[in-house]
Formats: sequence, structure tokens, C-alpha cells
Amino acid sequence: MTYHQAVYDVPTIFENCERPSPEEEFDPTVGGILPANLLRKELNIPDMPERDVVKHFVNLSQMNFGVDNGLYPLGSCTMKYNPKVCDEIASWRTVSDIHPLQDPSTIQGALRLMHELERMLCEIGGVDAVTLQPAAGAHGEYTGMQLVRAYHEANKETRKEVILPDTAHGTNPASAAMVGYDVLELPSKDGCVDVEALKSAVSKDTAAFMLTNPNTLGLFERNVREIAGIVHDAGALLYYDGANLNAIMGRTSPGKMEFDIVHFNLHKTFATPHGGGGPGAGPVGVKKRLEEFLPVPRIVESNGVYSLDYNRPKSIGKVRAFFGNYAVLVRAYAYIRMHGGRGLTSISENAVLNSNYLKERLKDSFELPYGNLRKHEFVLSGRTLKSRNLRTLDFAKRLLDYGFHAPTIYFPLIVDEAIMIEPTETESKETLDAFIDACEAILKEDPELLHSAPHNTARRRLDEAKAARDMIFSWRCYEKKRDTSRA
Amino acid sequence: MTLSECSLDMLRHLKLDSVDELFQDIPKEVRIDGLRLPDGLSELELRRELERMFSVNKTASAQPMFLGAGVYHHFIPAAVKTIVSRSEFITSYTPYQPEISQGMLQSMFEYQSFMAELTAMDVVNSSMYDASTALGEAVLMSHRISGGDTFLMSRAVSPEKKQVAKTYAKGADINIVEVGYDVNTGLVNLSDLKDKMKDSVSGFYYETPNFFGPIETQGDDIRSIVGQKTMVVGVNPLSLALLRPPGEIGADIVVGDAQVFGTPMNLGGPTIGLFGCRLEHVRKMPGRLIGMTTDIEGKRAYCMTLQTREQHIRRSKATSNICTNEALLALAAAAHLAVLGRNGLRQIAAKNVENMASLSSKINSIKGFKAPHFKGAHFNEFVATSEIGSDRIHRELLRHGVHGGLVIDQMFPELGHAMLYATTEMHTKEDHDRLIAALGVIR
Repeated sequence: MTYHQAVYDVPTIFENCERPSPEEEFDPTVGGILPANLLRKELNIPDMPERDVVKHFVNLSQMNFGVDNGLYPLGSCTMKYNPKVCDEIASWRTVSDIHPLQDPSTIQGALRLMHELERMLCEIGGVDAVTLQPAAGAHGEYTGMQLVRAYHEANKETRKEVILPDTAHGTNPASAAMVGYDVLELPSKDGCVDVEALKSAVSKDTAAFMLTNPNTLGLFERNVREIAGIVHDAGALLYYDGANLNAIMGRTSPGKMEFDIVHFNLHKTFATPHGGGGPGAGPVGVKKRLEEFLPVPRIVESNGVYSLDYNRPKSIGKVRAFFGNYAVLVRAYAYIRMHGGRGLTSISENAVLNSNYLKERLKDSFELPYGNLRKHEFVLSGRTLKSRNLRTLDFAKRLLDYGFHAPTIYFPLIVDEAIMIEPTETESKETLDAFIDACEAILKEDPELLHSAPHNTARRRLDEAKAARDMIFSWRCYEKKRDTSRA
Repeated sequence: MTLSECSLDMLRHLKLDSVDELFQDIPKEVRIDGLRLPDGLSELELRRELERMFSVNKTASAQPMFLGAGVYHHFIPAAVKTIVSRSEFITSYTPYQPEISQGMLQSMFEYQSFMAELTAMDVVNSSMYDASTALGEAVLMSHRISGGDTFLMSRAVSPEKKQVAKTYAKGADINIVEVGYDVNTGLVNLSDLKDKMKDSVSGFYYETPNFFGPIETQGDDIRSIVGQKTMVVGVNPLSLALLRPPGEIGADIVVGDAQVFGTPMNLGGPTIGLFGCRLEHVRKMPGRLIGMTTDIEGKRAYCMTLQTREQHIRRSKATSNICTNEALLALAAAAHLAVLGRNGLRQIAAKNVENMASLSSKINSIKGFKAPHFKGAHFNEFVATSEIGSDRIHRELLRHGVHGGLVIDQMFPELGHAMLYATTEMHTKEDHDRLIAALGVIR
């Protein structure tokens, strides 16, 4: 065991306010332009030398673990290493210093990139048209559900319900609900969609069925064509959650599986580092019959000149201002061009190979419910830990001490004490072997070491209930609370 | 595919002969045979090709550019870029394991704190996608707070935001009704607001400064007309370095875009949606919240909190579907504000006001132009109206190597020929002079 994270006690930036800086002469009315009654009275922001600010954040960064530090096998999140050239290109002035409302003649390069990216995503997804506007995967789902609603409304139908399997990502039901749909969660059978249950669940009220394939257990839904038939026969649409696309590129496509609407998580599959939670991008692809409903503007090309088309009377309108998360789109474009068709196919192959290797080596130490062959990820059950009075949470926390980020835990909900592992294609066999060694070593350790884990991280196990109770969301809250308790 | 020795090793371990066997669970009828995409490029080839593709983009440094309308060109100190480039931040995920993610968590807490201080709100979440989706979420949250089937929105809001808000409102079957502005000041028309403030209304949204640039002066009156309903205020957070914050006026929800702090324009994305509310509404709030707590040794620590509002716990009953957000940009905003400090921040805000006043008065002195079109104090944006058609002005300016303001004739036909100009600390006197010279010769 060699990992030790840096441990600092870094006061918040605001504690530096307590050391007052020299008051500079300042006229808040700006020479009388702003009337005094519109002005604020105080502004509690510290003035720190740049040197101290950089120290503050660099020390904080050392108390943070990213893919660049080591294995981050967070299932369903596709935490792969992203080539640095993509980040660098996205920081070029010709990318960052352009305004979304510029005359199209002055941003032809940007429009061309987006137009070409749309075409490339059409090929990867097996769809006919793509919008780049959605800002994240969940936002793509939201856009997809708006398209579903627009489609049925155009057919003069009011369908009230969206069906999805109980293994679906939490964003799926939340997105459907935000568009006004009732959500029916379908219990799975052997880890996959229960086709008979689906048959009896669909009705003339079904607006769409949402599915990710491979699903969140890492299993390929072999009945996907039959599922598509059931959904389409009921007059409903089939929605593809693209969170797991990293498993199948070049081997199959959502379009080929007869999905009508697809979102892509560009930040997962196509090289935008996750940034501690974002930004991402969630483009949505559709089959021809849904193209007219896509958000405006559409980027159109004629004789090598790109322009914006707002004249789409059936469009759902806009889901976000402007074009979407352009700097993320640039990274995805660069990544796809770097790898080419064959490169992307081999990415999926390696992701699936790594996942199956890891699964094979770990399945006897835990339990592997539902079949054997997995795609890019797999879900173990940690319930065997219970016999030693341990839980998956304890195991996950102990992994941190070995310098590995923990897998996704307690999801999907249908697996008891779930441990969801996605190694991605960018990890070497040596790294996977080291991870396996760590897992095996942990299982032999004194349970107390696990209960009290982590030990080698910047902080020990947190009192999360206290955070919910105290509700200190800002330095302002903290000071209010402190002043009340003093009084 | 040619396999590395390690891959072959792994295959042997799996007792498989080829990678194809790993995909045998994909039924034949849905298989495809590779992707028809161009061959891959080396890093050098990629750079060359993209440099060529982007060379036709005209950047804000290649031509003076006077666009704003929600996205602004501001200076970003080198130290901010250094901080935001730290691999440990960039390549981390949502901090589900707080013990190993304290750096990002504390940075998010500091972002929330900076925004709470600027807006004088109790709670600010760790980001929505952008200002337009923050507004969309605010419409939904107002409905959760106050019920009702109608949401009122000032007409002096950008058409982009209105369209997004309308999309979001549709999901909850909420109607959005516009409230007019005063033709002289551009500010909220209070009597129109009073007339429309019915029982079925959940809340009202106005901006300060608004789309046309004027700073709203009637905050207290608006609060009393809105009464028990939800008051949502849109801000440019940079202006709050100087201006009375919405929290002091009694806003229930505050939205805006924190792109002005440390994030470049990026063709409009990513930017970062600012979303704050009063403490009493926190459980109805969308998005991620970081809270302060301690670890088992009693050391101060931070973690995600009130997660029972969120989709990964609450599924279809969540306050929002948002998961991925703009966390890295929140870090950029915190770093940016820390680097500027109070003095630096106020000076930049003041420079914006100064540039606005000087540019609008220069345009006003050109025959046939009126600027600012609306009376009263502005921040860094203003409307200029003219006798000449705006499209013509726009084209002529481009011909002179200047990108003028946004043509808004079609969005607000009641203004006649009108353009929305933004100016920030990035503009030099020479930039202004080039615009004025070019405007002066248009006939």
C-alpha cells in the first residue's frame, strides 16, 4: 500500500477577509453615472495576493483525485484518460474568443466543425439528424422527451406515460417527468427487459420506452429488436440513453437496433474530462421522421457556406441558449478525427476486453449476478461482505486507501450491495492487475480497517448527516450560524 | 484488429480466441461492420487541420466586437487559467467519494459562497447549464413554491432565454405571459404587472440590468406587487460588485450566468448557470449543493448534501433531472474572484460602466443615432436606435472590420431600427473610435 493523499487544512478564501486589506480609494457611483440608491453597501470579498490564491487552489487540487492520478472505475461514468491535445485545441483563441451571436460569415470554421460533427455522430449512432444543443446527458434525455411529446402532439395524440426498466439511470425517469410524463418502472427479468411484462405494459397511452443498451448491468439486451417491435406496434417511440455507447462503437448502433431517438454523452465517450461534474455535452440524434422537431437553429450547408436555419415551424424551440457546449463539441470532434472509424471500433473492443478480464478475475471474490458475458462494465454484489459485518460502502472506502477511486456503489438498485465497475479502454493490464490485487488484499484485512476507512485520504470518513442537518451552503450561512450561536 | 501482447494475455485468460467472441451477445441482425469515418490523424495532422479550419473564424481580438446579450468578453488573468488547468480538478468526476475529493468540494463551496455574497442569497447551487436553463428551472421551481398555472416574465428579456423558458414551462403545462416595459425607461411597467398579477400566477421574472441594459430601479415596488408569489430576479453577477444585490430586495430566486467570471465566450458554451434561493426554499431547489461538515476526527470537510432532491436518489420525483453541470466553470469563477479580490472586481465593474457611458454618448453624438435609447443608469450594455436600417449598419460595420452590436429590429419591432451594444474592460479607446468612425460614414 503506497498511496497517501496530501492533507492540508486550507481555510476558506473568506477567512482571509478577517485580515483587512488596505481600503483603496474608490468611487462606486463611477463619476456620478450610478445613482447612490442603486448601490450596495458592503462587499465581503477578500483581497489576496495572487501568490496566496495560487497556493490556496494548488493545495486544494492536491486533495482531489482525478483520472490523471489513477484508476477511476466509476461504473456508467466512463472515466477514461482523455488525450491532452483535445483540451489544448479547445483553448485556442479561435475557439474560445468567438461570440455566439456573431455574423455567420465570421464563424464559418465553427459552423463547419459543428456540421461535420453532426454527420459523424449520425454515422456512429445510425441516425439521420443530430442536434448539438443539449448541454449534458440528462439534458439530451430531456430534449428527447420533448421530441417525443412534439411527435405525438403532431399526430394529435396525448400519450401520458413513459416506460423504462428499473435498471435505468436516475436521470431517465427524472427527464420524462420534467416533460410532464407519468413514469412506469418495469421490473427486470434476469437483469434484462422482461419482454412479456413490456408487452402487457404498453398501451395507447405509452409515449416512449427508454433503454440503454448495453444496460447498466453491462448486459447486452439481446431482445432489442423484439422490444423495438413491441414499442413501435403500440405507436410509441424508442429512446436510447447513450451513456453506455463506449461499449458498442462500430459493432452495432442505436439506429441499427431501431431506436428512434438517441443521446450521446460526448464527455464520456469522446474525450472531455469530467471537470469535477461538468461541463459535458449531450447531442441528440433522431431518425428522419423526427428531424423536423429538432431544436432551432439548424446548421445548414450550401456550396461550402454554412448558415443558420430558424424556419422550422414544428421545432420544439430551444432547450438552451445558442449552440450548446461548443468547447466540448470541439474536443469530441478532435477525438473522433484522431481515432477515425477503426480507432473508435478498437476503443470499444478494448473497453469490453478490459471489463471482461476484470470481471473474470473478481467474480469469485464477490458475486456476479445475471450471466457472464459483459460489455464495458459489470456489476458485482458485495453481499458476501455482510457475513463479516461489512458493507459495500466499507469496501469502497478502503479502496481509496490503495490509491484507486471507488466504483459506483448501490446502483443499479436491483443488485444487493451493488459494486459497478467500468475500467475503460485506457487502463493497462498492469493497472487492472494492481486493482485486482488490492481488492483481494482488502478482503483479507481486519474488518475494523474497512469500517474506519479511509485512512490515507485528505479527510477521514465524513459525517454526511451533519451536513444535511447544519445546512451550511456558503460562508454567509456559516457566519450567520456562528453569530446566532454567539448571541 | 491487431492486439497487443497484453490484450492477447487477457483473451487467453478469458479462454477466448478473438475479440469477436466478446461481442457474440449482439444478435446478428443488429450488427454493423465498422464505421464509415475518415481514417485517424496523428496529433500533428489534427492540429494542422483544425488550425486551418478555424483560421476563418474572426475572434474578438481580430476585430473590435460589441456583442453581449448574455455572453460577454472579459479579461481572464493567467493565474485563473493555471488553477483551472490542474489535472486533479479537470479529470475528476462528481465528488461521490468526498474523502478523496475535498479539493473540488471546497472549491465548489467557495463558488457557492462568492455567489451568495454577491447576490445576498442564502443558498447558491453548484451550477446549472447556463442562464437560460437556470431560468427554465426557476419557472418550474416557482410553480413548486407557489402553485398556479401562469408565470409572468418581463418583455425586456433576451429572446433566447424566453424560448428556453417556454420549452421548460411546457413540460409542466405552465403558460408564460409577458409583462411590458416602460417605453421611456425600459424598466418594468408596474401597472401592467399589477394587472397581470392574478391568483393563478406562480411568480414573476425580471432582470437587472435587463436585456436592453438599464438597471431596474423599482425592485421594492415589484416585490410588494408580487406579494406572496415567487419573485425571480435575473442578474449579471459582475454588476453586483457595485449594485444593490437582489437578496436585499427580497428575491426568492436569483438566476444569471457566471461566465463573466473566468470563462471565455466559447461561442456561447459552456457557460455557467447561476442559481440561488432563500434558505426556506432550499428543498425545492434543483441542482447540486455542497455543504460544510466534519470528518470522524472532527476536521472541517465538505460533501454533497440534500441529495434526496436529486435524480440519482429521487428518480421521477426529483426537483430536476440535472446531473452533469458546469462544475469546472464554478471553479474558474471562484478562482477568478479570488484573484481579482474586492478591489480588482469593483474596478473592473466600474470600467464597464465608464466604457458604456462613454461609448453611448459618442454614438449619441452621431447624427441620426440615439444612445442609450432608454433613460436611466445602465451597466455595460445599451440600445442604440437609428434612422438607418440596422441590417445595413451591421453589414457596413463588418465591411470596416468592426463587429457591431446585436440587431434587434425583428425581436422588438416596437423599437424601430435598434441595435444592442455591449462594451467591457476589453475595449480600448481605439476600439471605440473605430466603431464611431465606421458608424459616422454610413449614409
